[in-house]
Amino acid sequence: MDNKENKHQRPQVSGKTVKRLFKIIFKNYKKLIPIVIICIVISSIVSVSAPLFTEILIDDYIVPLMTIDNPTFDGLNTLILIMAGTFLLGVLTSFIYSRLMVNISEGTIKYIRDKMFIKMQDLPIKYFDTNTHGDIMSHYTNDVDTLARMISDSLPQLVSSLLSLIAVTISMFIQSWQLTLFILAFLVLMLKLTGYITKKSGGYFIGQQKTLGKVNGYIEEMINGQKVVKVFNYEERAKKNFDKVNEELYDNMVNANRFSNILMPILNNLGNLEYVLVALLGAYLAISGTAEGLTIGTIASFLALTRSFNQPIKNISSQVNMVVMAMAGATRIFELTDQEPEVNDGYVTLVNANVDSKGNITETNDYTGQWAWKHKHHDGTIDYIELKGYIEIENVNFGYEPNKEILHDITLYAKPGQKIAFVGATGAGKTTITNLINRFYDVEDGKIRYDGININKIKKEDLRKSLGLVLQDTNLFTGTIKENIKYGKLDATDEEVIKAAKIANAHDFISMLPKGYDTMLTANGSQLSQGQRQLLSIARCAINNPPVMILDEATSSIDTRTEKLVQDGMDKLMEGRTVFVIAHRLSTVRNSKAIMVMENGKIIERGTHEQLLEQKGQYYQLYTGAFELE
Amino acid sequence: MIKKLMKSIREYKKQTILTPLSVAIEVVLEVVLPYLMAKLIDDGIYQGSMDATVSIGIQLIIFTILSLFFGAVSGLYAAKASSGFAKNLRKDLYYKVQTFSFANIDKFSTSSIVTRLTTDVTNVQNAFQMILRIAIRAPLILIFSLIMTLTINVKMSIVFFILIPVVGLTLFIISRIAMPIYRKVFKKYDDLNNIVEENTAGIRVVKSYGLEKEEINKFEKKALEIFKLFTKGGKLVALNAPIMQFFMYLGMILISWLGARLIIITHSTELTTGQLSSLITYAIQILFSIMMLTMISVMLTISMSSAKRIVEILDEKPSIKSAKNPIKTVENGSIQFKNVAFSYIGKKNKEVLKDINFTIQSGENIGIIGGTGVGKSSLVNLIPRLYDVTEGELLVAGNNVKEYDVKSLRDAVSCVLQKNILFSGTVKDNLRWGNEDATDEELIEACKLAQADGFINQFPDKYDTYIEQGGTNVSGGQKQRLCIARALLKKPKILILDDSTSAVDTKTEQLIREAFNKKIPNTTKIIIAQRISSVQDCDKIIVMKQGQINAIGTHKELLKNNDIYKEVYESQTQDS
Repeated sequence: MDNKENKHQRPQVSGKTVKRLFKIIFKNYKKLIPIVIICIVISSIVSVSAPLFTEILIDDYIVPLMTIDNPTFDGLNTLILIMAGTFLLGVLTSFIYSRLMVNISEGTIKYIRDKMFIKMQDLPIKYFDTNTHGDIMSHYTNDVDTLARMISDSLPQLVSSLLSLIAVTISMFIQSWQLTLFILAFLVLMLKLTGYITKKSGGYFIGQQKTLGKVNGYIEEMINGQKVVKVFNYEERAKKNFDKVNEELYDNMVNANRFSNILMPILNNLGNLEYVLVALLGAYLAISGTAEGLTIGTIASFLALTRSFNQPIKNISSQVNMVVMAMAGATRIFELTDQEPEVNDGYVTLVNANVDSKGNITETNDYTGQWAWKHKHHDGTIDYIELKGYIEIENVNFGYEPNKEILHDITLYAKPGQKIAFVGATGAGKTTITNLINRFYDVEDGKIRYDGININKIKKEDLRKSLGLVLQDTNLFTGTIKENIKYGKLDATDEEVIKAAKIANAHDFISMLPKGYDTMLTANGSQLSQGQRQLLSIARCAINNPPVMILDEATSSIDTRTEKLVQDGMDKLMEGRTVFVIAHRLSTVRNSKAIMVMENGKIIERGTHEQLLEQKGQYYQLYTGAFELE
Repeated sequence: MIKKLMKSIREYKKQTILTPLSVAIEVVLEVVLPYLMAKLIDDGIYQGSMDATVSIGIQLIIFTILSLFFGAVSGLYAAKASSGFAKNLRKDLYYKVQTFSFANIDKFSTSSIVTRLTTDVTNVQNAFQMILRIAIRAPLILIFSLIMTLTINVKMSIVFFILIPVVGLTLFIISRIAMPIYRKVFKKYDDLNNIVEENTAGIRVVKSYGLEKEEINKFEKKALEIFKLFTKGGKLVALNAPIMQFFMYLGMILISWLGARLIIITHSTELTTGQLSSLITYAIQILFSIMMLTMISVMLTISMSSAKRIVEILDEKPSIKSAKNPIKTVENGSIQFKNVAFSYIGKKNKEVLKDINFTIQSGENIGIIGGTGVGKSSLVNLIPRLYDVTEGELLVAGNNVKEYDVKSLRDAVSCVLQKNILFSGTVKDNLRWGNEDATDEELIEACKLAQADGFINQFPDKYDTYIEQGGTNVSGGQKQRLCIARALLKKPKILILDDSTSAVDTKTEQLIREAFNKKIPNTTKIIIAQRISSVQDCDKIIVMKQGQINAIGTHKELLKNNDIYKEVYESQTQDS
């Protein structure tokens, strides 16, 4: 529990994150960025200049012309034309930068997304085992979303607001430094207040997110167990508990919204107040003549500037929360992309081969159905070793965490075509052994060899391709049944697909489906039964045709009737292969060449079914049902 | 639909009404402020009159304070009203779901119910808060600002009456073109997330087939599609800002030009310079309120679909209800099926159960055997009325189950479902599902019967051990025994175990059966099992085949006369 909460805390946002983010944006859009910045500058200047034009219009044209009987409008028209030209430039530049920003923000987001996914594919299994799927997913959803919104909306707003602010401040200084000082003093007050409110609401927003998660979690758990609720007449109590968390959420929500809702009215009206105070102060200074050069006209235009000054401040304040949240997201994203990738420095590769009658191996580019390990030695010589499926495990010790050894001194071997079974309680270390064989985790101590080659020397992709894996949880992918089977061999023909399905006993049920092999599977094949899904994953393995297979509880969540089908399919698949099988139904392991009974990371008994029964040890107890597995 | 949702406002009516009201007042003040500011310049500063400046300034300050007050009040009320509305809506939905029968739940699917209670409620809440604050504010600002321009100068206000429809229409058209693009993008977005999800869940498969590159290609292709669509939509939406600016500047220029001429020609009698600047301010306010209105219309259309999904739940009629004058007690544990047929979708020819006829005496032990999908679970689900029979009659203790109070019936018929679920909480919390008021002694007693007391006592925290959501920190066999204990705490007349001992070892299972026979001999016990050994000692064993009863008899009789039973028996005894 504690662990989970820690993960959901906001990571610290540092200047480093901001810098890195900008680097990414700049790197990809070296040419566009200067254009965008120039456009933002121009468009900000234009928007700042708008009220100034009004003042010039009034002071230099309207007021002097007002008293003349036959005024000429030439000068005025020219000014209006200049205004129109300037404004058009403003519209044009803002059109350009808004459009370019779409490219930049979407492009950057795509870049980040791709980068995350590419990185993710490269991460060791450990990362997936130690982070919840929901947590990994939220990098792609929440974090990327907030970041995208910040880049596309907040960033240009911030830049243009900041520029406007600078431009306005300069023009204000030119008009009257006394009044400007007053405005700046007022600004400090406004910023302090904004800071206070956003900090307050920020805390409540985190609280709201937390309780919202709690309520949603409660709803999810209870609705999923709704049938049990009904059976136990638990409805009233479920309501009572729900009311409690719901009320808590309400409290947090009210507080969070309260603060964010009053921020705008406060800033708005402080702006208004500032306007009045400037007017009073200015009028006093002008009328009393204390400040030199302060005319009535300048006060009027200064007041107009005051209004333009407050707009960017309001804009910036409303973006603060967004930016902080987006930066927190960016920090999490960088955390993911900074993960250490899986070590993959193997140099022994798997190649198509021709083996002649004398056992000489030659490499070829064509598919021959025969494979060989290509072993390049340090001295440049190349050895070819035929792929057979001989696995040796020698004195292996292993722990997922340092100082917590799970496997102790495991030694065993499987000759090509032999079936080795692992039996034992949950946590005894059965799956761990298989995790080591396909290098999902690396051994610390001891050696594992494949056809006599230390697996650390084999390129991971090639090692894994030579090992078939069928797990208890079948994972199918969105796509047709055919595509899912082809997952085991991308360039397989339709005939090969059907052949594999037949081996796996999947052909019959697939043919019964209205669309047969072209049936679309979604949501992990939820329209199929657990047994059918497993048959597909066996077919997928069959088409891959690996010499060594690992079956990890492949039949344990299947009902007894389909189990027979699955079992038959699996038996056919196992023929002629080296097989490691983990099962809790002992009937599936009986015909193994050797059965390893495991307990607390050690092999405590080993032998054939008959030998083990004779021993009258742990296996005998398990087999006669005196002991409970799992 | 709106009416249905509004019912959930309840105790927050006051805030719901006061929010727009204070928004309205705030708007009036906000509209008056530029007018006063213009006056301050005209009458105060240009006239060089300190008195006028001070008196208008004081008026302005008062208005500002009032505006601040009402602004803050509306913000506070809006927070309360929307959070309260969401709270009630969530509650109404949750309470409604509690009345749902199994059939209702199946109809919606649990995941869809969860989405409606979470995401959809949040969407509707946001829309509600927006309506209260902005949807009132924007049109009001528009109207009041227009009124102000009319009072300042009728001729000049014509500019606005021309600009408003043009701006409104342009923005509206953009949003309507952009919306379908965004809808499409969200769909694609789901696909992308789906790829990520499949890859996190199936990373072992990806890696063991060495298909990382292919998955990356798949992802990048989708990401590119999204990029293209988002850019397309984004470029459309990005038009909004320059278009707004264009119209704003256009308005300013028109007003400046026409206004300047008017002032000069009429020698400032029809329009003053101060009024000119306030007209420009109003122009900006009006254009912004139009932009807000188009934004609202987009947001509301999006949240409409959420509202629809919520109302679907609120409108759903629970398919199982207690009778009008229900029987409150179940006298004994006898059961009788009379010509019962059952179909999940209530249709003929799609029946999962047909021609079911049999009688169980109170206190009998009944076993049910048959392959997957033959209707064993469906059959026992009818007894506590989790589903209603489609045809025929089902009697418990001599009365049709439909005549009972549902709660009393389910208290008397305890069912351990095939899909067992433990909830996050302590062992005790979970056990008390069976009986809220059970004493610790009763809990221990039930656990002893279910052979769970032993392993519970081996936990460091014993009965206070915390069970993780879904019971992931106990083994399958332990979970099943806890579920049985939970069911026993109801002290039922009829106890149904639907394949609930499959993960329990044979020896422990036998101990459970023996304990049952000794301690609760008068309870009718129905056991569905895959293993013959689980049912062979029962008084009667029912063999089912394709939704029908194939045979009923004792172990010995069936072994002699029934092929299915014999076959299963033989396949299971071969092993040992």
